[in-house]
Amino acid sequence: MRTREELREVVLRVLGRIAPEADLKALGPAESLREELDIDSVDFLNFMIGLNAELGVEIPEADARKLSSLEDCISYLLSNAESR
Amino acid sequence: MAREIIEKKLADLPVVPNMVDYERTRAGFTWETAGTELEGLPVGRGLNIAHEAVDRHSHCPRRDHLALRWLGKQGEVRDFSYGDLVDLSSRFANVLKGLGVGKGDRIFTLCSRAPELYISALGTLKNLGVFCPLFSAFGPEPIQERLSIGEGRVLVTTEALYKRRKIEELRKSLPRLEHVLLIGTKGPSLPGTFSYHTLMAEASGHFEIPPTDPEDMALLHFTSGTTGRPKGAIHVHQAVIAHYVTGKYALDFHPEDIFWCTSDPGWVTGTSYGIIAPLTHGITSIVDEGEFDAERWYRILQNEKVTVWYTAPTAVRMMMKVGKDTARKFDYRNLRFIASVGEPLNPEAVFWGLEAFGLPIHDNWWQTETGGIMIANYPAMSIKPGSMGKPLPGIQAAIVHRYKDGTVEVIEEPDTQGDLALRPWWPSIFRGYLRDEKRYRDCFAGGWYITGDLARRDPEGYFWFIGRADDVIKSAGHLIGPFEVESALMEHPAVAEAGVIGKPDPVIGEMVKAYVSLKRGYGPSESLKMEILGFARTRLGPAVAPKEIEFRDSVPKTRSGKIMRRLLKARELGLPEGDISTLEGEE
Repeated sequence: MRTREELREVVLRVLGRIAPEADLKALGPAESLREELDIDSVDFLNFMIGLNAELGVEIPEADARKLSSLEDCISYLLSNAESR
Repeated sequence: MAREIIEKKLADLPVVPNMVDYERTRAGFTWETAGTELEGLPVGRGLNIAHEAVDRHSHCPRRDHLALRWLGKQGEVRDFSYGDLVDLSSRFANVLKGLGVGKGDRIFTLCSRAPELYISALGTLKNLGVFCPLFSAFGPEPIQERLSIGEGRVLVTTEALYKRRKIEELRKSLPRLEHVLLIGTKGPSLPGTFSYHTLMAEASGHFEIPPTDPEDMALLHFTSGTTGRPKGAIHVHQAVIAHYVTGKYALDFHPEDIFWCTSDPGWVTGTSYGIIAPLTHGITSIVDEGEFDAERWYRILQNEKVTVWYTAPTAVRMMMKVGKDTARKFDYRNLRFIASVGEPLNPEAVFWGLEAFGLPIHDNWWQTETGGIMIANYPAMSIKPGSMGKPLPGIQAAIVHRYKDGTVEVIEEPDTQGDLALRPWWPSIFRGYLRDEKRYRDCFAGGWYITGDLARRDPEGYFWFIGRADDVIKSAGHLIGPFEVESALMEHPAVAEAGVIGKPDPVIGEMVKAYVSLKRGYGPSESLKMEILGFARTRLGPAVAPKEIEFRDSVPKTRSGKIMRRLLKARELGLPEGDISTLEGEE
């Protein structure tokens, strides 16, 4: 079971591989990942694939909407990693 | 090949289509007669897109009809009647006039699908300016190139994009860009900019469209070739005849329709069909500012009671990934017709439409240069899944072979691969690439417009897409020029050479992939790869930047120095590499 802080690190690491130019330290917890990091639909799919590869959590495509901000991602991963 | 034909029976269709009999409509069609279905400016003052789209509805009951329903990202809703659009577009025309901007001046937009984008487009056309929308996911380099080639005089954007895309910096290299209007800003504007809203509030809502020659330049849409800079395809006011006619036959618009085109006006579909065509029919258009989200889209189809939906294969394939169970949770009883454009729609997707929405998806084909839909599947014509359908009334299409001496042979033999060609004239054919006469002329041979797409025609006259004749990348339905990407990569200090291809992708068609060789003193590493990727994204934006970078010792080139992208692609796919006798510097 990973802590919030560990999950946060994983999410940021995966984002960093998709948008290496982004200043992730400046990313607010509730800000839209797509808008703040200039992530398009394809990048977002890669983000979900990246999370899956790092954490082994199955993320159905329909859940993409639940991952819109950093905070959303952590909450989603916390509840879904637990139920695994 | 087609698995099975989807037969259409008139009795099964909920509304009698505008075109009941394809062959008969085609035989009786002329562009001249079609043009009479539009109104024209009063007392023979010509033809103007904005008049046909909004002003002509202002003196009839359509004035109060809902023209545009805008759905914001956060769930906001804003409604605009035809009367509202008349007033607002007149205000914007007066804003331009007040700035000393007039006929032939290029007005660029760079923003999300905000209402102001649509109003700017219509107001620009009223003032006889040329409307040029840019996709908001373009980075500073594509923006700079297009503003420079297009000699943009006015840019309408937002404060956020003005900062993020470094427009203030770019302005130093764009002496012709005089005015920047920022939408959404409250309070004092940034130095050197105006508040769009302040100017609009001060402007009059009365504007008389000056006499407009049907051949006056109206729209400028940028597209990409394999080499060289982006090409600005010029369209004129009478393109509106084609927008109207294709709305009638290919999208089957009826007066009470609620139409949703999911495309962004930054691409030609989002302008021809996201703005113009539905307005010329006086129907209601839905504009969604949000990005793709399957559930959000299904809810819009249901709640807005959409009747005609025009979307793209990439979106359909993303919906397929989410699964039809999600789609089936919603109610599509109002939906009557689904069309798709941007890249070939695979047969599975056509059938998936039947399972998810109870309707097949109708593929159609056209390009930035053609200005409107050219080949389509129609409501009353059987679908051969995987085919783009048959040419519109008024459009003659053929499969041809273009010889090196410039002559063209029409291939009559069915099911033979060749260049897809169209016979000019039709009202929305491009009138040139801005400041690039040579590349324009190269598109024509033997009296045909050569589209650059390879296709075949079957014995029943249906056309089937095969591929591009050049190295242009088609990603999520958008054309990306490899040269533009390679040039940006080469600016990185570590990059010696770059070759960029479209790597086949099951969802988006092709994904931009870059092969990069490094300069002496640089070694391949994951961190350098990330650095180059970030560098490309900063310059090009997410819509154009590569999604994948691979290091190579060298990038294969011909003896004359051309990058052999086909060879890179063949290697990527593990295919035979063909003739490599002209290859230089093997790895």
